[in-house]
Amino acid sequence: MLQALANGLMLGGLYACIAVGFSLVWGVLNIINMMHGSLIIFAGYVTYFIWYGTKLSPIVLLLPVIIALFIFGYLLQYLVINRVVKRPVLTTLTLTFGLDMILYNFMNSFFEATPRRISLNWGSFTIADIVLPIDRLVAMALAFILTFVLYLLLRTSKVGRAIVAVRMDRDAASLMGIQIPQIYAITFGLGAAMAGACGVLFAVAFPVTTNISGLLLGKAFVICVIGGLGSVPGALIGGLALGLIESFGSHWFGPQNAITIGFILMLILLMVRPTGLLGVKGYE
Amino acid sequence: MNKSITAFLLVFITLAAMPFIADNYFVKLATFIAMYSALALSWNFIGGFTGYPSFATAAFIGLGSYAGAILQNAGINLVTAWVFASIITIIFAAFLGFAILRVKGHYFAVGSIAVVEVLRLITSSWSSFTGGGDGLNVKIMEGGPDFAGRVFLYAMLCVMLLAFLTTLWVDRSKFGFGLKAIKQNEDAADMVGINVTIYKIAAFSLSAVFCGTTGAIYASWIGYIAPVDAFSILTTLKVPVMVLLGGEGTVFGPVLGALVFVILEESVWAHFLEANQAILGLIIVFLIFFLPGGILKIDYRKLLAKIRGVKGA
Repeated sequence: MLQALANGLMLGGLYACIAVGFSLVWGVLNIINMMHGSLIIFAGYVTYFIWYGTKLSPIVLLLPVIIALFIFGYLLQYLVINRVVKRPVLTTLTLTFGLDMILYNFMNSFFEATPRRISLNWGSFTIADIVLPIDRLVAMALAFILTFVLYLLLRTSKVGRAIVAVRMDRDAASLMGIQIPQIYAITFGLGAAMAGACGVLFAVAFPVTTNISGLLLGKAFVICVIGGLGSVPGALIGGLALGLIESFGSHWFGPQNAITIGFILMLILLMVRPTGLLGVKGYE
Repeated sequence: MNKSITAFLLVFITLAAMPFIADNYFVKLATFIAMYSALALSWNFIGGFTGYPSFATAAFIGLGSYAGAILQNAGINLVTAWVFASIITIIFAAFLGFAILRVKGHYFAVGSIAVVEVLRLITSSWSSFTGGGDGLNVKIMEGGPDFAGRVFLYAMLCVMLLAFLTTLWVDRSKFGFGLKAIKQNEDAADMVGINVTIYKIAAFSLSAVFCGTTGAIYASWIGYIAPVDAFSILTTLKVPVMVLLGGEGTVFGPVLGALVFVILEESVWAHFLEANQAILGLIIVFLIFFLPGGILKIDYRKLLAKIRGVKGA
């Protein structure tokens, strides 16, 4: 039981990190970024290969990967997605799905689908029969720290306040002199950067392979619906909730059903409370 | 309108004549075109007319194919199995629609994708009933490949014709008018006395039933189904892309989209297996930026004038 709780919390930290960027993009741009899962895997693979080649610690690589993916996301939004951002969800979702397929195909042919994991051999320690692998603990801690940094960024910085303003009311924000396309691009860049950070942490804690990009995307969906859109605390609560649900779900119903439980819970929540546990009305 | 019917009949007759003028490869291609036309026409009810971005197509195909395969393996004859599979699918869609049509836009899209995933996961883990991840074998039809090929081509063509006739009816009826009103403004449609809930559920069920039939026929045709193929997230994307390619909310658009898409798929990117998905992705990006209204909405006079203008300059 306690082991399941500990596993759930460790998973939950990573899940929060997965979802926070996705939720930000969805909440602010009103776009479902189907590329999110592939971006995570992409960052994971790149980190793995740099680590494999140079033996640099992945923690050192965290910052460069974040910056690289921020630039990638910024340019993608600024040059491509911004042109259709106001069109209906069918268009934007299909577009990001199409972009995802290009990235996915690229990864499959360049990196191959072999599962890769950065094995740091940091060992683990045991408290009261609970096994805690240190690499996963570090990944969880970093995930929480990064999520908190994003929260601070949105709360205190000028750009962050502008992003929140655009989320609340695009037209009013525009009248206040905020450059909407610029903010959109920054937001998408932040989303991609969080995906990148998550990819690095993920490669430390679990094996990465292209096959799980869809799975990660599915988790981001579930977390957003549980926690509500566009807010960092929502993603955090949703992530922790999903981590615990999956962990206890696989404890009681077997690991093969853990994911199904998450999805079914999400469908029920969609019917009962589509704004999420912490969500605000108006993002339907 | 009459142009659409003429165009449809032209495609339909060409496909139906395939066994008499070409070899088995083209018969197979024609079957695929008929199948995707039926799927695209189905999606058009909910996505094109009603404006709800449904990505549940693969859920209905998968459900129909599993229902059909299991019934057929239980000894029920081919056509009866297909009919029952369609009935099961429509009942499922009605309940599902009742549940997830309360939410709009993004939430609806995500919910409908989740349904595909849930069904796939359940099918994979329920091995005693569905064969699990190993898939399910269906009895191959007797009478040789030529005969079977024809049977399945005409079966798919029947579904395509039914879907088209339903589209014609929906397009001209009060029901279709209501759906278009919902697309433009759901609250206003509700206000003028359209029973929005019933209309949406009806459109959703209509969009499911032919998918179920198609899935069942597909299962019998291929003779083997597995969760990953039956509930494929790729199919669920391909079908809306076909409709967008042809022109959403139109009568002939879905058929045209399916036709162009399948021919493109066969002729171009079957030769680039490595980059298969990337090319589909590129087509999607091209479609969204350069053909936002689909092929039917291209203004040929403007296009011609432009080309002439370029030549003149």
